Amino acid sequence: MKRPELVCPAGTPAALRTAVEAGADAVYCGFQNATNARNFPGLNFTPEEMQASVAHAHDHGTKVLLAVNTFPTAGRFNLWREAVDMGAKFGVDAFIVADIGVADYVKRTYPNIRLHLSVQAAASSPEAIRYYAREFGVKRVVLPRILTVPEIKKLAGEIPCEIETFIFGNHGLMVEGRCSLTNYVTGLSTNMDGVCSPAADVHYDKQADGSVTTRLGEFTIDSFAPDEQAGYPTICKGRYNAPNRPDAYYAFEEPISLNLSALLPALIEAGVDAFKIEGRQRSRAYVKSAVSAFRKAVDSILAGQEPELADLIALTEGQKQTEGAFKTKKWR
Amino acid sequence: MQSLTLGPIIYHWKPEERRDFYARIADEAPVGTVYLGEVICSKRTPYFEGDYPEIIERLERGGKQVVLSSLSEVVLKREREMLAAICETEGHEIEINNTAGLLDVAERPHRVGPLMNIYNEETMRYLAGKGATHFSLPVELPAAVVGEMAKAAKGLGVGIEVQVFGRASLAVSARCYHARAHCRTKDNCQFVCEEDPDGMPLKTVTGQSFLTINGIQTLSHSYVNLAAEISQMQTMGVTQFRLLPQRVDMVAVARVYADRVSGAIDAAESDARLATLAMPAPFSNGFWNGQQGRRQFGPKVA
Repeated sequence: MKRPELVCPAGTPAALRTAVEAGADAVYCGFQNATNARNFPGLNFTPEEMQASVAHAHDHGTKVLLAVNTFPTAGRFNLWREAVDMGAKFGVDAFIVADIGVADYVKRTYPNIRLHLSVQAAASSPEAIRYYAREFGVKRVVLPRILTVPEIKKLAGEIPCEIETFIFGNHGLMVEGRCSLTNYVTGLSTNMDGVCSPAADVHYDKQADGSVTTRLGEFTIDSFAPDEQAGYPTICKGRYNAPNRPDAYYAFEEPISLNLSALLPALIEAGVDAFKIEGRQRSRAYVKSAVSAFRKAVDSILAGQEPELADLIALTEGQKQTEGAFKTKKWR
Repeated sequence: MQSLTLGPIIYHWKPEERRDFYARIADEAPVGTVYLGEVICSKRTPYFEGDYPEIIERLERGGKQVVLSSLSEVVLKREREMLAAICETEGHEIEINNTAGLLDVAERPHRVGPLMNIYNEETMRYLAGKGATHFSLPVELPAAVVGEMAKAAKGLGVGIEVQVFGRASLAVSARCYHARAHCRTKDNCQFVCEEDPDGMPLKTVTGQSFLTINGIQTLSHSYVNLAAEISQMQTMGVTQFRLLPQRVDMVAVARVYADRVSGAIDAAESDARLATLAMPAPFSNGFWNGQQGRRQFGPKVA
């Protein structure tokens, strides 16, 4: 049985050390700017921290994958070039990129460093993946969370590179790298600034009756009864009204997290090479629990034992979890 | 007006409505190019693709160049086959809206559509080197970036197109939200999106008009209107201006924009004429101003 790599989130140097200790085969992280898709205040690495963290991870046999996975806008491509150059200097094991210009720069400048295609590139067909593999020598694709396990298995036979799938964490509904909802409301762009539902635009308005209305910028995203816990206002997880839906409904998806722990054996059998845990924006406690649980699960499977299912419900959004598109086409 | 274009119909209009629409465009709309094809949902095409030869002939007799647009979401077998068929079509230029389309088109000239992620001059240069001749930029790009792209495009000898009218595409998904609103799935949708020829409005629980659903696509409620900004774009070197079909008098809309492009009217007059056309949604130009896309700025702010 092929041994899948466990790829874990490292939003900070402390989280990186935690993930390494909990058994990550690889960690992914980014610099403190718009060059990566989790550009939140208080998150990510200074160049000095990156250098030290790469050394620490390598000392413990853990790989470091550098996310440079946003889309540089014309006139500021240099920032992305610098991020790649620094990553190369510090000895990262791979770059995770989405933009064609950035991929081309990495291929031309650092042909010996592995290139992974970010989920932000939304390569969801054999043709799209083969394009990136042929043009830029992409060694691994991070698949969008929209394919069933049988579809992944079929895809594995049709592409010349490794497959990485998300197994746990945020369950995004929109095609990654194609979503401007946040920019429409806040003026900050997911693609250009690495920002989704920025905290500075988040409002919790408490009403006289004790209910709470959540807003992003000017727009109401949801409303919660006094006994309900108000969720973070992410546009695609809000409740809205449509002409035939007079009662507010989750127009896109309810707050819920992906948890594929029960599908791990099927995913390995399908030919998945790496499992990714989402959550660079989450706490060290989250990283420790999620990484440890999946380390144990993967090791059990490889040892031929029944895997103990990861009990991670406390870490999920809205305390709800799903196998999403991986389980059934009906998800669509 | 060669530099004015009409984008593809993104909603699920009935076949007879499409035929009538394009007949009128062919005869009356001052646009130079018409993009034709289903960009959003592969399930819809059997309803109207049989009409394409006739529509194309009509448009070309009306002096329009026809460009075939391809799907934005390419995952399933039928979607991959649809894309391959368009890439193999001879006699017309094609517009690619998904990277999958780039695999086999390097040998022929092609356009790159607004649902592809072309954010910088390096990406544009790379694709131009592989046969791309024309780039329709993502709707969220601000003026400063469009200016840089137009400058680079001039050096590369490729066209640059900006959407100046119609709802902004804000997201696409593998899931159909029209079907979901009717408690169905994409596979058994029963083409419920046909009920909303200008998209399904989504309001917040406090009654704000917010978004518009079109199958797998989420659009703005507001209509992008960059009529006032056209002269600025011309100075930058933007070569084409795209109108996205909405459920309004598109011939009248095209005439207003054509007059702006030719310089016959100023921004105040184009705004005044558009105001008489009873738009079902407010205008916005926030993305162009590098601000919240939903916002509308007056000429002084820009």
